[in-house]
Amino acid sequence: MEGAVAAGFDLARIRRDFPILAEKVRGKDLVFLDSGASAQKPRQVIRAMTRMMETAYANVHRGAYHLSEAATEAYEAARRAVAGFLNAGSEREIVFTASSTAAINLVAHSYGRGVLRPGQAVLISEMEHHANLVPWQMLKAERGIELRVARVTDAGELDLADVEAKLADGRVGLLAVTHMSNVLGTVTPAGRLAALAHAHGAKLLLDGSQAAVHRQVDVQALDCDFYVFTGHKLYGPTGIGVLWGRMALLEAMPPFLGGGDMISEVTLEGFLPAPVPAKFEAGTPPIVEAVGLHAAIDYVQAIGMPAIEAHERHLVDHAMARLAPIEGLSLLGRAQDRGGVFAFALDNAHSHDLATLLDRVGIAVRSGRHCAEPLHARFGVESTCRASFGLYTTEAEIDYLAEALGKAREFFG
Amino acid sequence: MFDDLRDLYQEVILDHGRKPRNFRRLETFDREGRGDNPMCGDRMQLWVKLAPDGRLDDLAFQGKGCAISMASASLMTETVRGKTQQEARHLSDCFRELAMTGACPDCGAGLAEEMERLQALGGVSEFPSRVKCATLAWHTLNEALENSGKEASSE
Repeated sequence: MEGAVAAGFDLARIRRDFPILAEKVRGKDLVFLDSGASAQKPRQVIRAMTRMMETAYANVHRGAYHLSEAATEAYEAARRAVAGFLNAGSEREIVFTASSTAAINLVAHSYGRGVLRPGQAVLISEMEHHANLVPWQMLKAERGIELRVARVTDAGELDLADVEAKLADGRVGLLAVTHMSNVLGTVTPAGRLAALAHAHGAKLLLDGSQAAVHRQVDVQALDCDFYVFTGHKLYGPTGIGVLWGRMALLEAMPPFLGGGDMISEVTLEGFLPAPVPAKFEAGTPPIVEAVGLHAAIDYVQAIGMPAIEAHERHLVDHAMARLAPIEGLSLLGRAQDRGGVFAFALDNAHSHDLATLLDRVGIAVRSGRHCAEPLHARFGVESTCRASFGLYTTEAEIDYLAEALGKAREFFG
Repeated sequence: MFDDLRDLYQEVILDHGRKPRNFRRLETFDREGRGDNPMCGDRMQLWVKLAPDGRLDDLAFQGKGCAISMASASLMTETVRGKTQQEARHLSDCFRELAMTGACPDCGAGLAEEMERLQALGGVSEFPSRVKCATLAWHTLNEALENSGKEASSE
């Protein structure tokens, strides 16, 4: 790809790849600590998308003309890149969706309504994003599929004994949990979850919205059955997400959305669905976004996921060392295995007041409940601020956050 | 580091945010309202006792939220006490104008004293994401006076 980065982790060079990091906020340098909500985009992604629209854009899978063939090839090349990124057994196991949320909803509809049977249950955890909670609540309301919830320990880790207890009767058809909490930063033990689920006859869905950005993901090594992630948190565009599923499962699932591209034959009386993955890609897909996601994957792979993970582990250690001693600051969750996501609260400031102060000095953090209301209830807090790191985050930015938090506590007195 | 935020967080706001006035439950009341900003997690409950002539005789609230929302509710309960329901609604409209634009030129001389008091919250107009924090209490008051039974939201 044009402008691909050299191997190795050169933070200064990486930061230069992200044009927005040169922006000022009220005259201050932007300190963007909300990558967990949506990450910034490198020039390589922006250029790839622009170039596609300027030189090679047409609808895919439709036209017998050059541009459509070129666009189709670019779209399918993105699918191959995603398959490589996840180490999927086949690119046909990659389904493009609009987002992680859309991917989980696809599974809830197609697997939940088409494969699971009344009397079966879905097991999630207390630390799920609403995207991995509400679709299952809807399934429960509509189909009577029981919804079970595994506990999270005080340290913010998944209570594996509780997971096992809730799988024990063999009625759970699907264990659907986050691979990395968007609030606690906790990385869940995917391999053990897969072993537990499979031992009790359940499939495992991992919500990799956060984890895929921070860790090397190998769906075959993880031994999961479904994996979802989204483009915009991986330095790619909004509007595209990915569902990976084992071929046999995807083939057993009925289509979700109906329309063009997902059929092999249509009459006025009925239709025959197309083979996987087209079966799940009704309508014009996110073509330019797929090209952008491809560029984002090339970008992180050129740096190397192990290098990105090492950088993040370093940032996590640094953040713990700097944030933990701040008087009056409480951190949510202290998992052993965690990524660069820190939710915190000051004893004398509400999260929104704190976020407004931090914004004033150029620091962007999220405040509120981060689409994880039950988790906040679990820890007995109304809301928190959350700092989440990207591959461009620096130690100096964390130091600046720590300084600002200390001053903010003085401000509110 | 945060000196220029003193316009938003004036001492009166920090004081009312820390020690909100009329922060209690009314055991006997004539009107009740609930307010909720789901995105923020701000929640409040407001009780109003009416005098025989329909004026707002007593108000109290309870809830959780940021300094802006708590201070706004606290100042509101003090400002509208003794007002007629019509005056309270008018004040509510004026306050919303103040919170959105920083001023309310059309609010009338009769309310000058009240608006001067509420002016402490005018700073939120420069913080679009925080306007709803300031207006939640007033939405809740409107809802209580309507007594429609539905939850107010300033989202």
